[in-house]
Amino acid sequence: MSEVLISTEGLSKHYPIGSGFFRSQRRVVRAVDGIDLEIRERETFALVGESGCGKTTLGRVMLRLIERTNGTVRYRGQDLHALDDSAMRAMRKKLQIVFQDPYASLNPRMRVKDILAEPLRAHGFGTEAEIEERCGELLDMVGLRRQLLRRYPHQFSGGQRQRIGIARALANSPEFVVCDEAVSALDVSIQAQVLNLLRDLQEQLKLTYLFITHDLSVVRQFADRVGVMFLGRMVEVGTTEEIFSNPRHPYTMFLISAVPRPDPHQRNRERPMLVGDIPSPMNLPSGCRFHTRCPYAQAICRSEEPSLSDHDGRAVACHFPLDR
Amino acid sequence: MTDQTTLLSVRNLRTEFKTQNGPVRVVDGVSFDVGRGRIVGLVGESGSGKSMTALSLMGLVPSPPGRVNADSIQLNGTDLARLNSDEMRRRRGREVAMVFQEPMTSLNPVKTMVQQVGEPLAIHTNLGKRAIREKVLRMFETVGIPEPAARLDVYPHQLSGGLRQRAMIAMGLICEPQLLIADEPTTALDVTTQAQILRLMMALRDKVGTAIVMITHDLGIIAEMCDEVNVMYAGQIVEQANVFDLFDRPSHPYTRGLLASIPKATEMRTTARLNSIPGVVPNLANLPNGCRFHPRCADAMPICKLKQPELTDLSNGHKARCWLHDKQGGKA
Repeated sequence: MSEVLISTEGLSKHYPIGSGFFRSQRRVVRAVDGIDLEIRERETFALVGESGCGKTTLGRVMLRLIERTNGTVRYRGQDLHALDDSAMRAMRKKLQIVFQDPYASLNPRMRVKDILAEPLRAHGFGTEAEIEERCGELLDMVGLRRQLLRRYPHQFSGGQRQRIGIARALANSPEFVVCDEAVSALDVSIQAQVLNLLRDLQEQLKLTYLFITHDLSVVRQFADRVGVMFLGRMVEVGTTEEIFSNPRHPYTMFLISAVPRPDPHQRNRERPMLVGDIPSPMNLPSGCRFHTRCPYAQAICRSEEPSLSDHDGRAVACHFPLDR
Repeated sequence: MTDQTTLLSVRNLRTEFKTQNGPVRVVDGVSFDVGRGRIVGLVGESGSGKSMTALSLMGLVPSPPGRVNADSIQLNGTDLARLNSDEMRRRRGREVAMVFQEPMTSLNPVKTMVQQVGEPLAIHTNLGKRAIREKVLRMFETVGIPEPAARLDVYPHQLSGGLRQRAMIAMGLICEPQLLIADEPTTALDVTTQAQILRLMMALRDKVGTAIVMITHDLGIIAEMCDEVNVMYAGQIVEQANVFDLFDRPSHPYTRGLLASIPKATEMRTTARLNSIPGVVPNLANLPNGCRFHPRCADAMPICKLKQPELTDLSNGHKARCWLHDKQGGKA
């Protein structure tokens, strides 16, 4: 097995919420709450969960784009939060991110050349001629013609813009790339093109991906391992194969069964369905955060929060993991 | 084909927008039928014209710059294409209603739920306030809003996305229309909420008999709930079929490409690459000659570059707009 590239221990990000005029106690939203995670070199680790589960926040705290509240992030054993500003800045070359919205994440007033050159200049890549050459190379890598360097973002389609976003992330030859809903805004035929590109680049450049998405179909075809989040907690971690064929946490099972299948012959299959809404993250239920929606909940689930622990080689945070 | 079972029959719908570079036709010759109590899908990628088709049917295309033409849009024997805007307004919300994609932006933030969900009743019926309140409450129960009485006097921002979308559906159904047009009704929602909403729509169809035009980019949703499907590309229907025929025997290369490019949640990661359709959707202001799909089509023949194929019947109502299925082998 390859080496651990990046890991977290007890990683948390809590946001204070404005306390009312007469309210004295400070309330917090536990967006990310005590996450232990290991991602190995050259693997694709998918982080899945519904909106508000903290997956995006976790990705950003891991890159130190937002500061943590508690816990540690180690990159090749190095504690990222122990680094001073200049050391962290140097480290950023290795840690990159591709954003979701290809329309919002590129500056409309910059030419593609300048968008790609910005990270290169920031890290002192070399002379202007070398930067120009590198920008051309980057476009080659993502399958766009070099002639397009002088264009502006609005002259590109959504899929092409996402390729530019990927090229920008790759400018300084990173090792670890967070793809935050990187293909979610794209049409399905274009999505496939970009996923293929990401896979080729991983192969060529030995990249490690943290792939954040709500789209389970993409995960199944793209990821090696999957972590399922619910309200700031990791509820299950396993290989893609295990998670999909034999989910052990009830939430994982409901999540997978809710995905519409593109096969009308399966429409009458038995489909367990979650009822109700996700509880408010400002007002978390006691005990297991999932118990209010869980049909298998028992007394202990209401009082005691289960920790992510090993059940026959699978990490599950549940008092009564499913057994099938 | 307007018999007792046909509720909506659209013939040769054409929607144009005036632009600086001349008129752009965003919907071009769309024809389809919706039977009573049927769920008919319109599927396509962004810019395919599926939402514009819906807005055109509802008479909601702003004019100018838009212009809607059709040979006919028969709803229950009335030709909507011949109605003036007042007559259309009297039908909208009562006979045909629409559910929009964004439950966040398509509700009025300064009106309470009972005010806006009850608005169609206030407009189309002479029910009093108390009766409207009672009806809204019952509709909230029908669409599965928990604690419905407590949701009547709240504002949209106080509800979750799933509840807002349920309220939108409640608003669409409050006058018991025979036809509901749902434009990506679950796209903004989480997958577990989406499953609830789709199940709700199917249950309402079964219970009330509402026919639904389901507009989506998600072939999974099409497979789960539609009876018939229209695949749209660049403003036209390129394939029309019963849902089983469409998935079992996709006949247009674009449909085949779409089906091949969906990552299947039931299929394990393979080292094989996903199939993708090369290229991008054409610019409607600058369409290719011949078949609109030919620049992206692996099976393109010489004729495809020259002449536009018609939507032709392959068997039993399964239609495709493609020269591959031409009887003369595309030698016309």
